[in-house]
Amino acid sequence: MSHPHIDVSYVAKLARLDLTPNEVVTFQSQLEAILDHVESLSSVELPNDLGLDDHRKLGLMRDDTPIPSLDPELVLRNAPDQAQSQIRVPKVVTDA
Amino acid sequence: MTLTQLRQQFLSGETTPTQALENLAAAIAERDERTKAYISYDLEAALKAAADADLSKPLGGLPIAIKDNINTFAEPCTCGSKFLAKNYISPYDATVIRKLKEAGAIPFGRMNMDEFAMGSATENSAIQLTRNPRDPERIAGGSSGGSAAAVADLTAYAALGSDTGGSIRQPASHCGIVGLKPSYGRVSRYGLVAFASSLDQIGPLSQTVDDAALMLQTIAGYDPKDSTSINACVPDYSAGINEGVKGLRLGIPAEYFTDGIHIGVRENVEKCIQLLENQGAKIIKISLPYTSYVVATYYVIAPAEASSNLSRFDGIRYGNRATGAQDIIDLYHQSRELGFGPEVKRRIILGTYVLSSGYYDAYYTRAQKVRKLITRDFNQAFEKVDVILSPVTPSPARRIGTCSENPLEDYLADVFTIAANLAGIPAISVPCGTTAFDGAAELPLGIQVMAPSFGEATMLRVAKAIESRS
Repeated sequence: MSHPHIDVSYVAKLARLDLTPNEVVTFQSQLEAILDHVESLSSVELPNDLGLDDHRKLGLMRDDTPIPSLDPELVLRNAPDQAQSQIRVPKVVTDA
Repeated sequence: MTLTQLRQQFLSGETTPTQALENLAAAIAERDERTKAYISYDLEAALKAAADADLSKPLGGLPIAIKDNINTFAEPCTCGSKFLAKNYISPYDATVIRKLKEAGAIPFGRMNMDEFAMGSATENSAIQLTRNPRDPERIAGGSSGGSAAAVADLTAYAALGSDTGGSIRQPASHCGIVGLKPSYGRVSRYGLVAFASSLDQIGPLSQTVDDAALMLQTIAGYDPKDSTSINACVPDYSAGINEGVKGLRLGIPAEYFTDGIHIGVRENVEKCIQLLENQGAKIIKISLPYTSYVVATYYVIAPAEASSNLSRFDGIRYGNRATGAQDIIDLYHQSRELGFGPEVKRRIILGTYVLSSGYYDAYYTRAQKVRKLITRDFNQAFEKVDVILSPVTPSPARRIGTCSENPLEDYLADVFTIAANLAGIPAISVPCGTTAFDGAAELPLGIQVMAPSFGEATMLRVAKAIESRS
């Protein structure tokens, strides 16, 4: 589990974050220190019978029946931009 | 005045919900300028609810302050973030809010918090800094710092908070009040703005253990809207609360009493344990060998889940949207960069990294496996003991503005609270005296009681014995 070098700018891009140059420098050393600490997990001896199934019953699905949803008008009031009962966003598909 | 006492006064006619709210508003006007626990409150709406309060209900007319990451219909929900500070009004009630309202309570006030619940001092709030009412030069703790500070400052009778790695218990300890994190699945998370979904739980902060029991009674229970809530009956938490600790087996884990703890914390907690032994509890030394890995495990799993959960904040459906973006991708980038503070960005980047191709198994899968070992530690311990006792924090509240340049140092201070979230077990912080620390003569301390999953009743019984020890 060695982390040769976290490329903060690259990972920020994956996370849809535009960092300032100062943030990149600050986060670089801070995240290196955190990952150094996390490295301790690689020394843990893991028993063979250790699965990943959770001891609680998670991820149960509800019945596929309609239930009331949130009021669309109230939901739309929170949208930064809206028109004709829809949320308006910048153009997604570019011209060919 | 406690919730229970206020309820008695309502029933005897000594005071009314309207009067109680007016008193609260006066206290807020007088003291909150200093503490800054409240982000906002709507007195007019609350007074309207108070006029119609049904006192026959279990929480009839009682005002409850709400951490600002729990959705309450027609109220803001800033999460302590610029992203939601100006332009979000909740279109629905979280399940806990619906339950409070059904029980007659009046949700009143939006309480300050670290941005998206990431932090232990409420210094990461983008809205304001909350000060500790016991010593305004000190942090209130976090992330539920506003909730804790208001209850301690008597500007709230009780509050709801959320706890992902200690965010209810640590500020409760620093402010000298009671803070309870329920078992994972005991309380619905529907309507709580998600930070780390496998760790988050909503719980009460109160002046007394009785009030914590009363609130838990109201908010606990299965909710079809939260697939991780458990369909198990809710016991009467107040029924056996005064039974004392005689005959109970109290586990003391060696790993939680190390040299790194402030001497005043250690002495107070040990004194408290001694008093419980004097009351007939059996003290058993135990070991939780994987304790040294809890911080590392948590800081893989929590950021991983946060990076996924916070991807919804993209400037499209609600919250901050940057202007002048070139295209949709640019809009995401700019909106997120402008909306999030440094701690949130740091954790999103860390979480994205540990989930990324090539690192997923090495970090995330391994952390999940170690989490199982930590849980196994607790399961094995609870075969021998009924509850486990420990300090809540290694030291009392630090001074404001003295956090390290290296966030890892602050993360390591969460070592005693994180394990309960990883193992999904309930835990409570109960005041256990004060100590001198860093120039302050008397800072409050908490002792933590941890119990097996869904063992809140026994946990509250021990907590009540601690509270009544003197």
